[in-house]
Amino acid sequence: MRELGYRPDALIEVLHTAQEAFGYLDAQALAYVGDRLGVPQSKAYGVATFYSYFTLEPEASHSCVVCTGTACYLDGAGALVSAVAGLLAARGQEAAPDRWLSLEEVRCLGPCSMAPVAVVDHEVHGKLTPPGLVSVVESL
Amino acid sequence: MSAQIGPQVITSRFGLSESWTLRAYLGSGGYEGLRKALTMAPEDVHKATLDSSILGRGGAGFDAGRKWGMLRKAEPVYLVVNGDESEPATFKDHALIEADPHQLIEGALICAYAIRAARVFIYVRGEMALGLERLQSALNEAYEYGAVGANIFGSGFSVDVVAHPGAGAYICGEETALLESLEGKRGYPRIKPPYYPAAIGLYGAPTVVNNVETLSNLPFVVRNGSEAFHALGEGASRGTKMMALSGHVRRPGNYELTFADVTFRELIYDPALGGGVREDRALKAFIPGGVSAPWFGPQHLDIPLANEKIAEAGSMAGSGAVTVMDETACAVRAAWRISRFFHRESCGQCTPCREGSGWVDKVMRRIEDGNGREADLDLLMDICDNISPGVRWPPAQTTICVLGPSIPSSVASGIRMFKDEFLEHIRLGGCPFPPDRLRASLAHA
Ligand SMILES: Cc1cc2nc3c(=O)[nH]c(=O)nc-3n(C[C@H](O)[C@H](O)[C@H](O)COP(=O)(O)O)c2cc1C
Ligand code: SF4
Ligand code: FES
Repeated sequence: MRELGYRPDALIEVLHTAQEAFGYLDAQALAYVGDRLGVPQSKAYGVATFYSYFTLEPEASHSCVVCTGTACYLDGAGALVSAVAGLLAARGQEAAPDRWLSLEEVRCLGPCSMAPVAVVDHEVHGKLTPPGLVSVVESL
Repeated sequence: MSAQIGPQVITSRFGLSESWTLRAYLGSGGYEGLRKALTMAPEDVHKATLDSSILGRGGAGFDAGRKWGMLRKAEPVYLVVNGDESEPATFKDHALIEADPHQLIEGALICAYAIRAARVFIYVRGEMALGLERLQSALNEAYEYGAVGANIFGSGFSVDVVAHPGAGAYICGEETALLESLEGKRGYPRIKPPYYPAAIGLYGAPTVVNNVETLSNLPFVVRNGSEAFHALGEGASRGTKMMALSGHVRRPGNYELTFADVTFRELIYDPALGGGVREDRALKAFIPGGVSAPWFGPQHLDIPLANEKIAEAGSMAGSGAVTVMDETACAVRAAWRISRFFHRESCGQCTPCREGSGWVDKVMRRIEDGNGREADLDLLMDICDNISPGVRWPPAQTTICVLGPSIPSSVASGIRMFKDEFLEHIRLGGCPFPPDRLRASLAHA
């Protein structure tokens, strides 16, 4: 915040930094950031919930994000989701609070020519098959 | 059949080793355009851009030189580079930023010089981690080299360039939402008028917003002259276009093609381009210009890739994203996914867009799930009519931005082109297409 001069219009950059440091943005973090930048807490919350990059809850230890954008969808993204969901169900870890893996669907990630695409712990994997993705996830 | 794959204006460095570094850039004519521009009067750089008639490559196709000419006479002036690129199946700016960030910086500086910008902001989609990294290190190199910052190449012209990561919101690609986002706010598109950021833009100052690909053309224009650029293409569509080809083709990817030289048939089937439909299946439909565009069928394959030709045929070139569906693709499912995307990305300010997209999503899903009824087709068209009266093309707009009016395109295309398929879902009580690609996703969504 110091670097950015405590300017209210630096809110998004500061939230970026806070999330990178803490993994997620809880009420305390939002209150602190809002206070220091002179932004009402409601606005900090509004911005944090508007952008899908920000999360208000702690994350699982690992993440698997499957793209279900148009190109990936046509190329079998659904089967990828079901394969990982099946794996989670088999491990009984679907909804435990201390989760091992979060499974998410997102719209287009950008590398559509590599469809279907998934991002496992920030690493992009393209031209995936369901067994291929399962083995990536299992090796975590 | 062999397509003319034209001179490569913006992808000439794509194959070079470490093409994103200053070393590779300087070794291939890098920053010569900027050096030359700085010896010209800003008005002459502007004139060269006008003479080359570069239509904006971000979707709306507005003439770049004309846009710069609309700036309100006031200071400061800002240049904002739109690299938010978040539309499904659009991935050209992404490639340009990753493979050739210096070209973008040089293009942005040429524009900044022509419009005498006080500062340049490059807004990059937050998910483009590698692109952001390369852009930032290219900026550092450019500062050190003297191409950015104070007294550029000893010319007396100074400008700072800042890279700004987005935070995951498609709507921030809309230029006024992008400005709001840059100001640290929620990405809510601004109410028009004022129609153009050129009048009231970032922090209320006159602002040019241009797309990454648009600006990446400028080094070529200045180096080789506007005639060389204008000689490519025909009619209103000059220069080249990056086509992002995806879906059921053998060779999906980015292809830079001279405007009007190539037809959709060549783009999809030429062995050097799309390489044909996968597994030699029949082509069912294709989306010619991103998810906002009405779909085309096989009868449209011979339309050349030129903005006005595509518009005449009832769709749009948009940002150049072509998605191909073969005979195994379910039209209901494809249209539903697009509706769902718009529903999730609607910023929520306007009722027709916020509520309409939700209803379209729900009804489309009900049909795909097998719980639809025949009256749903009329219901869908009625909802679409409420979002964009008349459900025509180009669409009527009742909302703050054009995301709303884009919602009906895919649904109306699906119903108009594949009505029987919709009815079959309803009769069968389920989707007649292979389920493997779908069910789990439905359960999870
Ligand atoms: C919903 C929506 C999303 C948009 N997304 C983008 C985008 O990601 N990138 C872009 O350059 N233009 C996007 N645009 C178009 C911009 O509003 C604007 O027209 C463009 O950036 C101007 O640059 P250009 O004239 O160089 O094309 C979008 C428009 C709308 C309505
Ligand atoms: S049309 Fe939709 S996305 Fe655009 S401003 Fe209105 S609610 Fe937001
Ligand atoms: S649709 Fe999946 S990466 Fe674009």
